Amino acid sequence: MGTVFGTGSGMVEKRGKALWLTHVCMIIAIAFICFPIYLAFVASSVQQSELVKPPMPLLPGSHLFENYKEALFTGINAPVWKMLMNSMIMGMGIAIGKIIISLLSAFAIVYFRFPFRGVFFWLIFLTLMLPVEVRIVPTYEVVANFGMLNSYSGLILPLVASATATFLFRQFYMTVPDELAEAARIDGARPMRFFFDILLPMSRTNIAALFVILFIYGWNQYLWPLLITTDPEMNTIVMGIKQMIPSGDDLRNWPVIMATALLAMLPPVLVVVVMQNLFIKGLVDTEK
Amino acid sequence: MATVSLKSLKKSYGRDEVLHGIDIDIADREFIVVVGPSGCGKSTLLRMIAGLETVTSGDVLINDENVNQHEPMDRNIAMVFQNYALYPHMTVYNNMAYSLKIAGTPKAEIKERVERAAQLLQLTEYLQRRPRQLSGGQRQRVAMGRAIVRKPAVFLFDEPLSNLDAKLRVQMRLEIRKLQRELGVTAVYVTHDQVEAMTLGDRLVVLNDGYLEQFGSPIELYQRPATLFVARFIGSPAMNIFDGMADGTQVTLDGGVRIDTGIAASGRVKVGVRPEHFVADTNGAFKVNTSMLEQLGSNTLVHGTLAGASGAGAAEIVVSLPGIHTEAMVGEGLSVAPSELHLFDPDGKRIDG
Ligand SMILES: Nc1ncnc2c1ncn2[C@@H]1O[C@H](COP(=O)(O)OP(=O)(O)OP(=O)(O)O)[C@@H](O)[C@H]1O
Ligand SMILES: [Mg+2]
Repeated sequence: MGTVFGTGSGMVEKRGKALWLTHVCMIIAIAFICFPIYLAFVASSVQQSELVKPPMPLLPGSHLFENYKEALFTGINAPVWKMLMNSMIMGMGIAIGKIIISLLSAFAIVYFRFPFRGVFFWLIFLTLMLPVEVRIVPTYEVVANFGMLNSYSGLILPLVASATATFLFRQFYMTVPDELAEAARIDGARPMRFFFDILLPMSRTNIAALFVILFIYGWNQYLWPLLITTDPEMNTIVMGIKQMIPSGDDLRNWPVIMATALLAMLPPVLVVVVMQNLFIKGLVDTEK
Repeated sequence: MATVSLKSLKKSYGRDEVLHGIDIDIADREFIVVVGPSGCGKSTLLRMIAGLETVTSGDVLINDENVNQHEPMDRNIAMVFQNYALYPHMTVYNNMAYSLKIAGTPKAEIKERVERAAQLLQLTEYLQRRPRQLSGGQRQRVAMGRAIVRKPAVFLFDEPLSNLDAKLRVQMRLEIRKLQRELGVTAVYVTHDQVEAMTLGDRLVVLNDGYLEQFGSPIELYQRPATLFVARFIGSPAMNIFDGMADGTQVTLDGGVRIDTGIAASGRVKVGVRPEHFVADTNGAFKVNTSMLEQLGSNTLVHGTLAGASGAGAAEIVVSLPGIHTEAMVGEGLSVAPSELHLFDPDGKRIDG
């Protein structure tokens, strides 16, 4: 089983006009998506004074490194490297935590017969209907009572349970033939050994795909960090950008803000690029 | 080195009883084949021996030790599954070594045992491959290898050849038999293929609907089927069954044909005759209205209905005559030696003289 994407062998070949047309369409679409990013890049490479007087510059200026340096080490409320690190810890914590918890809970639900198994499954399933925003007030209350405001555990823990991921792994485990578990049992593997030796390696492409999705989910959290971090040192990058945007008549350093925005985009892009092979594999083929 | 005994073994799923008290004693080094139609409980029986299903009532004894409560790994058994159940992410080597690793066998010994098994199964050059890089037959061998390396006392097979093509099936069948002899292990083999059963088994267990129909050697089953079910199940083409009325040692078939059975009986009976036991005989009691001929070269299968002396009745009949026959030569008359007749009472039990 190879990956389905990538090679053209399975696709319908197009020639002549159709080929040109599809390319033109794609180029327009890409330009459409990329233009704002390009503008942000231009804005992050010029000086504030150039930016505020019309017309807006369309070619990169000469202050690229100064702006990025200022953003990274000085920032506006807090240095951007600090916010990037906070986001990184939060994104990683959420992705890894969610994966560990859902791997184990799906394992329990699929492979063990315990009282109220069905009830537990449906309870988990029901929480799918409760996104962060819906339960944010009671969650805030709990976190505040635990004294976890302005802390990494406060940022991560409330978001770490995942019905979606549990459900996904459940579906995957159910496609694993029963005989595999039975063969392992005959070979003498106890349940946790079966989990680590067989189930876990078999789920690795799913784990990779899920990691990408969950990391970006964690990275892009906005409302929750906004609520529980009051100390600028604990701000995450996504909410940090919002804090930077000037309100009222304030005059702020737009090139630095743009540099920050681009820096905020970088890690998710890197994660996708680095893991794209595994990611696509996890979405299209379950190695069996 | 192992004997296996099942003592009035029963299995229920909820309220459904699927095995109704099976008693079998398997000797050391014996090759037992369990046959029966789909859904009769073959797999369930095997899985109870393996310890993958709980015992509802009765006992499973391995080497005279009751293993009802033992985990599969503590029963000293190995199982080969129909779909092989190889670990897809492990190499052939690791697939075979897995159970030894868990048991904490020293590395050097694992290597030696896996390599020996690989040699025995001609898998040596594939040891570093993954299961999906192997053909069906090779996967089947790996599954066998995984069972062999543990040096189990009992081999359990659940239709291990049903995913292979006909030719490979015959070849693997011979290999399995050879291997079992060489290793001197007891084997229980489940199949629904009666040719496989006849050729492999020292003794056969015929199951029907959760009941043990007969337990005996292939020849015993062929020559003296204990029930109508076994009579129909063993042998190809299947045995002809005619309804009739017994009177002393004679039976009058419903079509009017009178035959001498040499077995004392009375009342309604069923008479069984294997297609290959008819002999052409101008004075024979059986006459056939031929509807179709199948030329197989070495013999000819004649399909038709039994024409009674009175011409009434239309029991189906299949006759297998040696050599080549054309339509014109058939239908003169057929007879059967009394010793080749099987008599069953209306409940399907064999009547012996
Ligand atoms: N987990 C289960 N729950 C309920 N009934 C079951 C279960 N497993 C098997 N059965 C029933 O038990 C009976 C015997 O099943 P079994 O799998 O032993 O049949 P089999 O002889 O192996 O058939 P086949 O040749 O098709 O594999 C069937 O009627 C089946 O429906
Ligand atoms: Mg079966």
